[in-house]
Amino acid sequence: MSKPNPADRKYSKEHEWAMDNRDGTINMGITDHAQELLTDIVFVELPAIGKKVKQMEPMAVVESVKSVSDVFSPVSGEVIEVNKELEEHPELVNQDAFGKGWMAKLKMDNPAELNNLMDAALYTEMIKEEKH
Amino acid sequence: MKKTPLYDRHATLGGKIIDFGGWAMPVQYSNVIEEHHATRMKAGLFDICHMGEIEVKGPQAFELLQWVLSRNIEGQAIGQIKLSVMTNENGGIIDDVTVYRLGEERYMVVTNAGTKDNDYSWIETQRRARGLSDVQVIDNSDRTGKIDLQGPLSQEILQNLASDDLALLTYYHAKDTKVMKIPALVSRSGYTGEDGFEIYTESRRLGEIWDKLLEIGAGLGLKPVGLGARDTLRLEAGMMLYGNDMDETITPLEVVYGWVTNLEKDFVGSSALKKLKEKGLGRKLVGFEMQDRGIARHGYKVFKDATEVGVVTSGTYTPTLQKAVGLAFVPVSYSKPGTDIFIQIREHHAGARIVELPFYRRRK
Repeated sequence: MSKPNPADRKYSKEHEWAMDNRDGTINMGITDHAQELLTDIVFVELPAIGKKVKQMEPMAVVESVKSVSDVFSPVSGEVIEVNKELEEHPELVNQDAFGKGWMAKLKMDNPAELNNLMDAALYTEMIKEEKH
Repeated sequence: MKKTPLYDRHATLGGKIIDFGGWAMPVQYSNVIEEHHATRMKAGLFDICHMGEIEVKGPQAFELLQWVLSRNIEGQAIGQIKLSVMTNENGGIIDDVTVYRLGEERYMVVTNAGTKDNDYSWIETQRRARGLSDVQVIDNSDRTGKIDLQGPLSQEILQNLASDDLALLTYYHAKDTKVMKIPALVSRSGYTGEDGFEIYTESRRLGEIWDKLLEIGAGLGLKPVGLGARDTLRLEAGMMLYGNDMDETITPLEVVYGWVTNLEKDFVGSSALKKLKEKGLGRKLVGFEMQDRGIARHGYKVFKDATEVGVVTSGTYTPTLQKAVGLAFVPVSYSKPGTDIFIQIREHHAGARIVELPFYRRRK
């Protein structure tokens, strides 16, 4: 069973989360539901610092033994930090997708874009429906 | 999609079902890494009903098979198995198969899943073309069920149910025996690089054996294993997968099937292969290990310096070795172990090194 989706952040329909740091930046990663679908994550390709991304464009890649999946940026902006730990320990995404498995910190171009994302209740509802 | 007789059991066991060559097969039950380790360290049970079984029998069975197979089957004893390929007139690989000699004039050719119908018509076409009327080619695939039990504890587990002493069954040999009193053909062989067995029985009785093996094996660490781990296990063991690493445009001499190709005898494709051998091969399938971070996958391009020189045919992260490895076609001049190559992974070129196969060899 997936862990509950924390209420302190926003969610994309592609299963990314974004946490507003209230300083024009967000931290982002993939949801616990996403890591559960991917199962054994063995590689995470993080974006370069300084990379500019658009909302819902591919920004990183996660690979399980079997599959390669894009990770989409929940907002437009610039990558200012990445979670280097994932290079050696990609399994952190499986173990703690909402915490130690975070992927990147972005400086937002337009914080209003966060309104395009779902809150935890809506996202939880969406994945419940996907299962049926 | 076609379903195997074990389909409902896969659902009960939580198997995630995918389409594999038109068959609804479990890709994993728990996760690939766990199932991989279970097979290497304890035992794994695989549904292999999707593969084909073609019987060739009659006084001219030997003659027909000598013509369609690249391997010389002269001297193959009853009960012995041989790995071989079938090639077309150009020497391209139609399929890689295992050939069981079951009786004086009776053989079983075990084919891949997606190639079975084509293999059957190919053998029939060759039979007619050669004017061989004293041999029958029979497709037994639908009524034959097959499971593989692989891993170091396989013998201990299967012995509980088998009516013959399995310790006497040697590698690449098969025996007609009974499993839970159900007539079955059991061979010591497989596709994982571990000790293990392939078990053939009537489709409708297969479920009983599957259930009982899981029941008695559970305490010893036996797990059902899906196609995901089947792929990582075979790749670590340096075994190729038809459709991924070879097809009808590729000859056995270019992949690691030179040793099953006997150019001293005449068979379909032998003259084309002889010419190719004289002319010299252009490309060769080799094993590689990633040196830089990243996982190479099927279809990724291979570079030597800045020039594209080849393509990856299989690539994965291997749970036992805990590194990314794969198979790739490269020009013969770059095929020596120790040669450094690059593989394009998305936008960048990642370093890799050509190594000897297999990547993994079990301790005897």
